Order: sequence, then C-alpha cells, then structure tokens
Amino acid sequence: MSPLFLNALEVILNGLMAGIMYSLVALGFVLIFKASGIFNYAQGVMALFAALTLVGFQTGQVPFAHLINAMFGTEIHHWGSGMNTFLAIILTMIVMIIFAWLLEKIVLKHMVNQAPIILFMTTIGLAYFMEGFGDLMWGADIKTMDVGLPSGGSLWLEDFTKGWAAEGTEYYGMYIDVLDVWAAGIAILLVIALTLFSQYTKTGRALRAVADDHQAALTVGISLRTIWIIVWSLAGFVALVAGIMWGSKSGVQFSLSLIALKALPVLILGGFTSIPGAIIGGLIIGVGEKLFEFSIGGMIGGATENWFAYVLALAFLMFRPQGLFGEKIIERV
Amino acid sequence: MKIKQFGAALVAATILATSVPVAADLTFPMLSYRTGPYGPNGAEFADGYADYFTLLNERDGGIGGAKILTPECETAYNTAKGVECYESTKEGALIYQPLSTGITYQLIPKVTADDIPMHTMGYGRTSAANGKVFSHVFNYPANYWDGASVIIKHISDEEKGDLKGKKISLVYHNSAYGKEPIRTLEELAKKHGYKLTLIPVDHPGQEQKSQWLQLRRDRPDYIIMYGWGVMNQVAIKEATNIRFDMSKFIGIWWSGSENDVLPAGDKANGYKAVTFHGVGDDYPIFEELKKYVKDTGKAAGDGSNLGTALYNRGMYAAMLAAEAAANAQKIHNTKDLTGAQMRDGMESLKIDQDRMKALGLEGFGPEISVTCANHGGPGLGAIQQWDAKAKKWSLITDFVESDRSVIDPLIAEDSAAYAKENSMKERDCK
Repeated sequence: MSPLFLNALEVILNGLMAGIMYSLVALGFVLIFKASGIFNYAQGVMALFAALTLVGFQTGQVPFAHLINAMFGTEIHHWGSGMNTFLAIILTMIVMIIFAWLLEKIVLKHMVNQAPIILFMTTIGLAYFMEGFGDLMWGADIKTMDVGLPSGGSLWLEDFTKGWAAEGTEYYGMYIDVLDVWAAGIAILLVIALTLFSQYTKTGRALRAVADDHQAALTVGISLRTIWIIVWSLAGFVALVAGIMWGSKSGVQFSLSLIALKALPVLILGGFTSIPGAIIGGLIIGVGEKLFEFSIGGMIGGATENWFAYVLALAFLMFRPQGLFGEKIIERV
Repeated sequence: MKIKQFGAALVAATILATSVPVAADLTFPMLSYRTGPYGPNGAEFADGYADYFTLLNERDGGIGGAKILTPECETAYNTAKGVECYESTKEGALIYQPLSTGITYQLIPKVTADDIPMHTMGYGRTSAANGKVFSHVFNYPANYWDGASVIIKHISDEEKGDLKGKKISLVYHNSAYGKEPIRTLEELAKKHGYKLTLIPVDHPGQEQKSQWLQLRRDRPDYIIMYGWGVMNQVAIKEATNIRFDMSKFIGIWWSGSENDVLPAGDKANGYKAVTFHGVGDDYPIFEELKKYVKDTGKAAGDGSNLGTALYNRGMYAAMLAAEAAANAQKIHNTKDLTGAQMRDGMESLKIDQDRMKALGLEGFGPEISVTCANHGGPGLGAIQQWDAKAKKWSLITDFVESDRSVIDPLIAEDSAAYAKENSMKERDCK
C-alpha cells in the first residue's frame, strides 16, 4: 500500500478517536436538553469542576484551603497523602449529585415555565459561578490528572502496520494514542449504560416520558423536579468522564471548560436530542476536520480544524436544520 | 435629600481616597490575569511582580523613601479588557507591563501619547527595541527574535555547527505572538541552510492531533515551540506520545514553565526552553522574600511558587522597574516621579553584575545597558532543561548573544515600516 493511503487511514482513525472525545462532551448537553429543553452552557465548566474535585480528592487537598488560610491565618493545604482513585471517583460523583440537588433547589425550581432563552442565560450565570467556585475550592493552579490510564502511541500497532507500506517507501507504522482507545471503550460503555438505563429502568422510562412531553409526564405523576435532579446528576457523571479523559491530556485547568466549544458543532450536526446523534456527530466532525487539515489544511496555512468543524456543521444545517438525528420541532402559531 | 447628598459625598470621597495615589507614592499598576485560560501562568508572574515590590516596601521603605503602590486590574488576557484597565489606572502610573502581546500592540500609541513608559520583557512588538522610533516602549533584556536566534545557536552547537539539510519545525500559537519568530527563523534558515516547517495551533490548543501526526510523518530533527497556556501542556504531552526526543524539543520562554511540563510527568524529562533569566530559588533574594514577604503573610499568592519560572520572571520585571525608578530619582533629584521621568530612568538604565550581587541576584541575568537608541538591551539568552525526577529546571548553557547580523536589520526594517505607517520621524539619539 502507498504511504499516502496509509497516512490517510491513520488520519481517519485518529479523527474517529478525536470525535469520540468530542462526543463525550456533547453527551452531557444532550441529556439535559432532552429532559428539560435547557441548552446547558455550563457543561464544559462542569467537566472542569468534576475534574478539579477528583484531583483534589486524589491528592488529599483541603477544599477552600486558600480561603481558610486567608481568614484564619492557618497554613493548611492537604489532609494526608490522598486517596485511592476509585474512592475519589465515587466521592466526586457524590459531589456532582449534591451539586445537581442544590442547583434544582436554589435555581431551577424558580425557572419552571420560563422561556428557553432565560434558562440558557441561567446556565451562563451558572458557568461563571462554577468557574469561580471551582477556583476558590481547589485553587487555580494546573493539576496533573492521573487515574492510571495508559497513554502514548501504541507500539503494537506501529510494529504491526510497519510492513504494510510498499518496500523502499518511508513509513513508520500507524499511530494511535492508547488513551484515545481507552476513551473510545469508555464512551461505548457509557452509551450502552445510558441506553440500558433509559430503556429498562423505571427512572429511565420516566426520563423518556419527560423528554417526550413534560405536561403528559406530570399528569401521570412523574415528578419533574426529581427528574431534573437525576438528569443533572447524569450530566455531572458524563462531565466527570469527559474531565478525566481531557484532563489526562492537558492537565486540569481552566482551559478544560473550553472543550464545550468542540461539542457545539457536534450537537448542531447530530441533533440536540439524540444520544446516537452525539456519537455519530462527533465521529463525523472528528474525521471531517482531521481529513480536511490533512488534505487541504497545508495549502491554506493550516490550523483549519476549529473553523472547519463549524463549516461542516453548518453545511448539514442547510439540509437538516434539526441535525442528523434531532427531532423536528414544529411550532403551530 | 441631605442623606442622599451625604451618601454621594461619602462614595465620592471613598473613590478618591482609594484610587488616587498620594504624592510621593510610586504607582506601578499591574495589568495582570489570574482568571481565564491563561490564568495559572498570569498568576505566577503577577505574584512575583507584587512580592518584589512588597519586599522593597517592607525592607527598604519603598524606593528612595517613596512607598510603592501596585493597583491590580484583571485583564483575563483579553485585549479589550487590557485597554480598559490601562485607561482606568493610568492616572499617576509610572510604568506598564501588560504581559500580553495583543494588549501591548494596542497600548503602544496610547502610552506614547500619555508619556508613560511600557516595558514588554520578552514579548510584545519586537522592533520596539529601536528606541529611535519607539520612544516609550522598552523590551530589554531580550525579545522574541533573540529567543529564536539563541535556540538556533544552541541547535547549531548540538550539531557541531552544521545545520545544512536539517529539518526544523516551528509549532506556534496561531496569533500575533506565535507568528513573531517566523521571519527571523526564515532568515536564519537562509543563512544556515536548514529546512523550516511551520505548524500553527489555534487558540486554545486543547486538541493538536493533526499537528502531531504531521510532525510524526515529517520526522523533524528539532522542534521549536512558541506556545502559551494549555497549548504548551498538550504539545509536550503529544511529543512524548510520539516518542520525540525531548532534548530536541525547545520552547521559547513562554513555553518553559513548570506548568508546561508537569502534566506530562516523567516523559517530559529533557525538554528544553530558552530563558533570559535564572531558574530556581538558589539566590539570596529568595531568603529576603521569605523573611519579609512570605513568612509575614504578605505574599500576593500563597507563597508556594517562589522560584518557579514565571514567578522569577515577574520578580525580575519588578526588579528592573524598581532599578529604573531609582535611576530616575537620581537623574531628576526627586523621590516623587512622573511617567516621563520614569522613562528617562529606563532609557539610561545600567545594571552590572556588582549591582546584581548587591540585589541578591548574582548571575540571575546578564548585565543590562539601555540607551536612547537601544531599548532592547543585550539580547542574551540561555537554555534551561527540565529534570522530571527532581521537578526542576537547570541552566545548561551560559547566556549567549543572539545573531545580531540577522536581527538588527530586521528590527530596523520593521520599525521603519511602523514609523512610515504612522508618519513618524526617528528621534535623534546623539
């Protein structure tokens, strides 16, 4: 095979992996939008907050240490050597559930029946609050995320594919980051778990009922407020997974919240209400932007991915405004 | 009505009392950023800057008997906010150090009109080194082009002086900052015969798979990086993923902090960066900072980052500003300075190693001599290397001079273009 073909194959493979990473972020948006019609601007910050909390627990950091030290003149930073990663993940999840519960009690219950734009603006406020609260709680310094997942190029794949190129050509084998493979596996498990949860559990069916029709769900006795807590907790869990995966690549820092920008074209393309749409949309965006950069990027100065993802999403919008798998919203006036 | 009037008067009095420095206070406004994607880096620099002035206030009673004020304004590395911060703090200001190339470009005409000097140490508009054109902008002791040249010199030394046919890639932040070294590297490529490839990375740089797949295919002999913020951490991690030899990966000073290498763990071992100042906390000044600032609870941060690359840079910037202020006080025989007098102090600043020793910073930076024509200082740089096990940077070369034969004509050309665009005449610097 020619190295050019193999390189294109490598780009597609890595595009798929990058797409899954985008899907991980997009999933959180879809869950909340489906159940409550809210476009959650704070999803990226939730990933940052979850990752900060996880690393804080792992490393035994005292929450609000800076505040405590400033107020009482103490010098506390850590309460020990930290804790086991699994326990830290469980505790972080509990924090995200408490966050969802408080959010419903303090904010969302006052927003019932408000226009979508008001709900959207509420989540903008929430994003700013969480950014500051996360900084105050865990500090603004860059933290290293290590949950024991392997990373780095796969040597096995490199050796396995080295001989695929025609003899005498320069080819170094195919590259794939092992962390991306793990992320793909985890994303698949996550989608299976979410699907099973929504299809085969009572709460899951209630979630689907709320997603289909709020008022009809209320008439059969489903508590909208409880559902909202569950949905925001689930979105918190997805945010934690996304935070772990992205945080493992770049460290845990404010920029982690900007991964939401990568999810937006995925949502436009896949539809705001479809879990499979978030996955397929992510894969199309991932492969599309990487192939464009590979084939045309170099000719026009490179760094095309950020804008090309949006161009691709907009092109789909021309033909399917609701996205590939989104529900067609018809409003009668 | 009276209560309302009293309230209004009270508010006005409070604003006046808190915002306007009293006579004989020296005001060094800090356009800092502790929030946003570049906040972790901005905070370390700002802490170093503020702590040095706190040290002078606590230990020496300020500069020449005048207390120092450092009003802080958060820019979030946003150019529009930076300009707002400038406008709201310029009253009585002696110097600006915005720590952003974007903000610098916007402030160049403003500071010149307001007669306030601006110091852009290792960033900003490189050709501001030409004092004949840029009367109020200083970028000593080194600029982006010096950095690029010193890196190429180091690579040349590693290759025993022969760069012919070598492949060097520049991975850069796709912004005004990241593009600064391109022209210099192209000129140096003509001179040394290496092949330069340009790899831009868009803000913020969280996802760089395409760039590193290309680098893996290209197999460059060396990679140079001009990055900032998360772009650095991701790039270093991706370089370790493709198993690139880290000793052949060299960043500019803005890609050479602990923040950049720590997330990659042990694999970042051997990564290099160019710097224009010393690393670590093995200088007497740090004992003073601990005694007068950290241990007394007066540190700007939590005191944990003393000796980090960016803290040291902030402290160095403050030291250079303080020395210029002391020089201005001497020239004008007054302890109460204006921006114009501060500019004079900067334009005749001389710091030799004896002075560095007296400051507790022996060997921390090269000797500096600023003149009317040369606002760029000596243009020296050294290479630092990361030891992942010890989690420390160490200097592996002396401070060496950049290639003046390439850089000086570029500075002259770019500053002449600026002068022409703005219908300016060069100052007479005899």
